[in-house]
Amino acid sequence: MHVPDGFLSPPVAIACATLAVAGVGAAASRSRALLGSRSVPRMGVTAAFIFSAQMINFPVAGGTSGHLVGGALAAVLLGPSAAVVAMTAVLAMQCLVFGDGGLLALGANVLNMAVVHPVVGFAVYRLLVGRDGAQRSPSAARRIASLAFASWVATVVAAATCAGELALSRVASPSVVFPAMVAIHLAIGLGEALIAALVLAAILRLRPELLERSHLAPSASPGSIVVLGLAAALGLALFVSPFACRWPDGLERVAERVGLEPSQVQLTAAPMRDYVIPGIKSASLATSLAAAAGTLLVFGLSCALGSWLAAPSRS
Amino acid sequence: MSGVHRLRSYEHVDSPVHRAPPSLKLLAALLLVIAIAFVPVGRAGWLVLVLLGLAGVARAARVPIGAFVARVAIAEPFILGVAVLSLFQGRGVAIFLAVALKSTTCVAAVQLLAHSTPFQDILDVLRRARVPAVLIHTLGLTHRYLFVLVEETRRMQRARAARTWESRRGSSWKALASVIAVSFVRSAARAERIYVAMRARGWS
Repeated sequence: MHVPDGFLSPPVAIACATLAVAGVGAAASRSRALLGSRSVPRMGVTAAFIFSAQMINFPVAGGTSGHLVGGALAAVLLGPSAAVVAMTAVLAMQCLVFGDGGLLALGANVLNMAVVHPVVGFAVYRLLVGRDGAQRSPSAARRIASLAFASWVATVVAAATCAGELALSRVASPSVVFPAMVAIHLAIGLGEALIAALVLAAILRLRPELLERSHLAPSASPGSIVVLGLAAALGLALFVSPFACRWPDGLERVAERVGLEPSQVQLTAAPMRDYVIPGIKSASLATSLAAAAGTLLVFGLSCALGSWLAAPSRS
Repeated sequence: MSGVHRLRSYEHVDSPVHRAPPSLKLLAALLLVIAIAFVPVGRAGWLVLVLLGLAGVARAARVPIGAFVARVAIAEPFILGVAVLSLFQGRGVAIFLAVALKSTTCVAAVQLLAHSTPFQDILDVLRRARVPAVLIHTLGLTHRYLFVLVEETRRMQRARAARTWESRRGSSWKALASVIAVSFVRSAARAERIYVAMRARGWS
């Protein structure tokens, strides 16, 4: 999902950088307000931890391997604002110390992997796990299942944001880049979900109290969480929604707005022509149904994974 | 994402490029990358000259040319993987070639910046550019503990490999995930120790 330099058009890169700066700035000030002077060592060391976790390769079939991105996991371990800053530090290291990932594209990469991934992941996690009350905290199985599903959703949504950035940069036609990026990350997201779930299960076994304090106190600075949420939401609205809602219409509108003739961008209806469920007439309805079925399937798998990993006999 | 070689860098070699002011290098790299973003598809061929120029700078920076090419080549699968998506449209081949060349040139420029500029110098530039102190300190600490934590993770994996059977498919996911989990638990304790040490020395 790392966008290298050379792919994004200047306006897209600038828009991404603006949103990334707003999001990271808000996250830094919120984290500072929540944790006080403790926030800097916490975020710095955690960023180093995420970096080292990303270097562990998990074997996938056929000699290939994958690794954790960790945005959603970090958000659950540390709270969303500290996770945003830590993920940003990881991406900045990769770019400025090791030369991986673009300099101009850093804004886009921060937006996708350090803002959208943790914020979306945390929102889904929080939704599923429920607000933990003062006396009753959610069960381990529920936490693991929620994180697994949240990681999958966050990975797919971040990939869709990335695809939107590439499509608006006119590097590739949206009818190609969206299905390709999203389809690949539907699978990659499963790996991310499994790794995140395994790591959370192991932490819950080793030191469950580390997670208690990370479910942070009442929001200390409501202003900055609004900015943080807004940055993520605006990123999605800018780069995903023009393509995702009414497919061809939305795209034509964007094309007109950025001054392209429709002939320059090949507009093809029904992005997922090959993912159609037989027997259903409307292509877009079939795509939606396929997406809903797939999402439900992953949700079911997450629940099974949660109860399996949390079972006492397994530990 | 594997291999110690990627963590070795040439940032502390002495050369005219290394002695150049870091703010100048950062600005030059940024301007070059922005300029490349503006190059239209039809003119991208000229970037070959820029690429050759960067190789010349790498030579002046005493980065071995083989290592420089190898570092740029590491990024190539990612570049081509994304660029392939551009083939499926009108003028696809031209866009594909232009994008691949643009991206390769940018990667070369960023690699050169990263490997001729110590990170502390980049932090100094960012500090003078009024980047908030919280971020500067976080980045500084990340850089300081990055190598410590990567080495510690390696040590854990080595220790585990020495004590257990390796299955044919490498290590199982569960064992690898527990390495990450232990690393997190240790990093939380380490963050607390560092915080106390910083407080003791007047940090607030």
